[in-house]
Amino acid sequence: MLKRLNINYKHLPILVTVGLFILMYIFGSMRYTGFMSSQVFLNLFINNAFLIILAVGMTFVILTGGIDLSVGSVIALTSMVAADLIMNAQLSPWLVIPISLLVGTTLGLINGCIIHFFNIQPFIVTLAGLFLARGLAYLINIESIAITDPFFDFMAKTRIPIGDSFISISVVIALVVVLIGVYLAHYTNFGRTVYAIGGSEQSAVLMGLPVGRTKILIYTFSGFCASLAGLVFTFYMLSGYALHANGMELDVIASVVIGGTLLTGGVGYVAGSVIGVLILGVIQTIIIFEGTLSSWWTKIAIGVLVLAFIVFQRILVVRSNVKKAAGANNVDIKESSPPLKTKSM
Amino acid sequence: MIKSRLFWPILVLVLILLLNLFFDPGFFSVEVRGGHLTGSLIDILNRGAPLILIAIGMTLVIATAGIDLSVGSVVAMAGAMAAFVVSKPGLSDDSLVPLFTALALAIGLSVVAGMWNGLLVSRIGVQPIVATLILMVAGRGIAQLITNGQILTIYYEPYSFVGGGYLLMLPFSIFIVAAVLALALFLTRKTSIGLFIESVGSNPEASRLTGLNSKNILLMVYIFSGFCAGIGGIILSSNVSAADGNNAGLWFELDAILAVVIGGTSLMGGKFHLMGTVIGALIIQSLTTTIYSIGIPPEVNLVVKAVVVLIVCLLQSPEFRKKVLGGLKSKANRDAKGVA
Amino acid sequence: MSAKTPMLRMDGINKVFPGVKALTNVNFRLFPGEVHALMGENGAGKSTLVKVLTGVYASDGGTVTLEGKPIQITTPLEAQEFGISTVYQEVNLCPNLSVAENIFVGREPRKRGRIDWKEINRRAEELLSTRLNLNIDVTRELDSYSVAIQQMIAIARSLNVSAKVLILDEPTSSLDTNEVEQLFAVIRKLKSEGLAIVFISHFLDQIYEISDRITVLRNGNWIGEYMTKELPRLELVSKMIGKELDVLAEASSNKRIFKGGESFLQADQVYKKGKIQPFDLNMNRGEIVGLAGLLGSGRSELARLLFGADKSDGGTIKINGKKVSLNSPKQAITNGIAFSSENRKTEGIIGDLSIRENMILAIQGVKGWFRYIPRKKQNEIVDEYIKLLNINPPNPEQLIKNLSGGNQQKVLLARWLITNPELLILDEPTRGIDVGAKAEIQKLMLSLSEKGMSILFISAELEEILRTCQRIAVLRDHEKVSELENDNGITQQDIMKEMAGGM
Repeated sequence: MLKRLNINYKHLPILVTVGLFILMYIFGSMRYTGFMSSQVFLNLFINNAFLIILAVGMTFVILTGGIDLSVGSVIALTSMVAADLIMNAQLSPWLVIPISLLVGTTLGLINGCIIHFFNIQPFIVTLAGLFLARGLAYLINIESIAITDPFFDFMAKTRIPIGDSFISISVVIALVVVLIGVYLAHYTNFGRTVYAIGGSEQSAVLMGLPVGRTKILIYTFSGFCASLAGLVFTFYMLSGYALHANGMELDVIASVVIGGTLLTGGVGYVAGSVIGVLILGVIQTIIIFEGTLSSWWTKIAIGVLVLAFIVFQRILVVRSNVKKAAGANNVDIKESSPPLKTKSM
Repeated sequence: MIKSRLFWPILVLVLILLLNLFFDPGFFSVEVRGGHLTGSLIDILNRGAPLILIAIGMTLVIATAGIDLSVGSVVAMAGAMAAFVVSKPGLSDDSLVPLFTALALAIGLSVVAGMWNGLLVSRIGVQPIVATLILMVAGRGIAQLITNGQILTIYYEPYSFVGGGYLLMLPFSIFIVAAVLALALFLTRKTSIGLFIESVGSNPEASRLTGLNSKNILLMVYIFSGFCAGIGGIILSSNVSAADGNNAGLWFELDAILAVVIGGTSLMGGKFHLMGTVIGALIIQSLTTTIYSIGIPPEVNLVVKAVVVLIVCLLQSPEFRKKVLGGLKSKANRDAKGVA
Repeated sequence: MSAKTPMLRMDGINKVFPGVKALTNVNFRLFPGEVHALMGENGAGKSTLVKVLTGVYASDGGTVTLEGKPIQITTPLEAQEFGISTVYQEVNLCPNLSVAENIFVGREPRKRGRIDWKEINRRAEELLSTRLNLNIDVTRELDSYSVAIQQMIAIARSLNVSAKVLILDEPTSSLDTNEVEQLFAVIRKLKSEGLAIVFISHFLDQIYEISDRITVLRNGNWIGEYMTKELPRLELVSKMIGKELDVLAEASSNKRIFKGGESFLQADQVYKKGKIQPFDLNMNRGEIVGLAGLLGSGRSELARLLFGADKSDGGTIKINGKKVSLNSPKQAITNGIAFSSENRKTEGIIGDLSIRENMILAIQGVKGWFRYIPRKKQNEIVDEYIKLLNINPPNPEQLIKNLSGGNQQKVLLARWLITNPELLILDEPTRGIDVGAKAEIQKLMLSLSEKGMSILFISAELEEILRTCQRIAVLRDHEKVSELENDNGITQQDIMKEMAGGM
């Protein structure tokens, strides 16, 4: 049936993601009055702008078959650095923002270098990054630092009207990051190398692609995204706090997986991850609208969705392996693969 | 062999403890107070109990070249389950039925959680990081579901004994740790399970061709890891007489992995060292205690841990040894590995 | 054709690995418009030579000249820039990328800074159809196509890098007959366009079908360069395995005549697609059967099916006359079969464990989790075998990875002997170990068979097979072609004739 619809089995996860989002939204709209308003929809973006930014960076990391556990802590560290510099050091926001962005970027660069040069599992390196960033955040200040700065206020409170509804500046930032991510992934050498590494790192090396440089760059990029998300989060909370975004790395990984990216790498889309974030947002919104449901159902629902997607992906992998094995052994090529026309010589 | 392998971890532990002596001359003193032994050393053992337990389970998982990220959540789930039973108002302290019901349900739940992880890894073939990530996320939700989002407070005395009571002048939790450690040592030394774990972790294909059933081995280690985390959760909740689905056992998975790695077990699987892990866990616990007692902000602990993780992993990385420590002979490398 | 000057010359190439001379003074010439086969058995240095040529290894001496100019190749990328491209047996492309992208990734055509997908697809289609006669949908993922087509796409990628030299490393080993024909059609076309092609394959039929010139290597030494037409098959095989024909003609001296014994195992039309054609094999008790054949002829594949290491696609196996299913090593072991793989490091030893632990692993696997052999008993068993097999160092707690190859092999033998198997399958047990250990293992095999054990013995060394086996099954191109009784003056030459075929 899939063949007839001409849908590649690899696009199946992202189609399921989109379908799931639409279904959940329709479910919410039919069940709760006021759910189907444009502001509720836009709030999904406003409340999750930082998550969207993180997801873009994480998608690249996971596409190469890696993982970055440090992003949640980097948010906390960035918020602390920004808050400390602006409130205690009294620096201008125009200095604070680039410095804050450098924080995560540098940490990502270090992560990437250790992963590439010493061939240590990304999981454990970024785990150390997680500890380090949060520890450093605590070193700056144990208490939360509230930010009262006209620029931060402006970033936090400006409403950009869309019809009767509005979005925040952060949403614009997030959408720009998404566009950059899509462009990088599909229209640059860097992006294609990322996909190639995820498909087969060994092949990518033999094809002469800059594998090492790309691997370092994706962790740097993920670190940059985490810092940017940290700033957006700071606009959102208007405070710096070492406990900010605790465990958010899991939400991001979950969004990317639900967005149809294979954790083994090579397959997935930046746009899919954005929808993954929105699905998480819809779950939260539904739980808020339901009123009687408690917040922990979010976690359980996310766990169940991640499970469903991972098992689903396993089945696809097993099926494609079986298909491949059949293809390799089949005497008649035509039966097991798309029609092959050989010109007469 | 055993001596040299445990030498460095023990030395580090001793150094940390000596550092304390420098700041607090009475650090090593153990007093009898109210029929209980008290003192900083006893305190470290007592507070370290949950971590030691979890790290023991984690050691076996890591020996198969796997990882169990869900232990922190299982701690929360087990604590919540037990508290759910014993936090009901009006329980009589004279009846032990609630205690055993609570223990059975909590351990049962954590074994089921471990089995879930094990089935995903061994039967469906999901990577361990990914498989256990699911429960890491959903487990906290389940824990909060059990506690209904509240922090359950326990007033039932018999339960508090598990983590806070004393037996033969020593904290009872130390006996639990000893029992689980003994069980682990028995399973890995007096049955062939230990041999099979190391074999599967070291070379899965050769193990298969030797006729070993790696699926059941994998399933077993994840169940055992869940079991250990469950007992850790019980001790923790009993110790603070409360169950907090959100924060109980937070970051335990990371501390446990760290303890295992410090103890000399490689993340690549193969040989494992249970005693090394115990010392690794004690190092982490004494580090925490030390940082508190000498007045450094406790948050530095995270930075220290990060640095330790990195150093240990770098020492285990062949590339690092080749590139940075290059020139050293392979024997020196082997020593370095033995230390790490 | 060969009147021209060579396009590429490699002269006096040396390559040393710690402790091993992998290549000694090897020469290699490549002519445009020719297919040049590089032949040699395991460890001959074929792949080392290819890796030197493609910049994966740096040579330790010798010169490479391309079109008359001396060149230095230090990285695979540089090799590609010189126009030297390799297509490996395992297709080294990315299965998740589209066909077109696999051809162009890294060198994508751009329009205003961004990748021009339309152009990529257009050029890929054009390249595949004009140069490879292949019309397929280039926007589909690579792994939706068969290995044969993936192979072609890999060639297309090489051509796009403006290849002068195309190296095909075992390109046909997972292709079926039609696919091989398709590939050969492409090779002939490319040859006619003036490409110089290096062809590596273990299929003799294919070598004789496609190649113009053959270079033979043995043990890292250059044996010679020959025109394919002028080199009879038997001579090629004898050059590859290093026996002069006159020596081969001598009858082996110490023949052992099989005294009879009931049948233990019977395989009937057992096969695995793409690995080994249906074969029959009967193993009698107390009998040593040799499996002879060139590397890649299906020797190991046959053995693995009997042990359940791979699942067969069909056929029946009977043990003691009763039909059994051997779907996993465990089942085979319970049925009294033991198997020592040719890949000692990856499929044999458990490197992190000691001699003792490696030895008792198989018997403990049979006994299960809770019937653990007490340590004292373990020590007794292990000491016995250390003495019996003369294992050095005789310290049971030594890690096996620190032992020499011969001693590792003995430990693996002990692992299986402890299980007291009825059929012992030994895949190249003597490869890469010293002469003393080799003789000891052969002696052991003889004494085991006298006690009633049947042994299936795979070896690349024919004299070893002749010395120890009562019966010899010969394999060629994934098929069991004949079975010889080793009784009436069989010589190495007789076996080689069967191995070479087509005489």
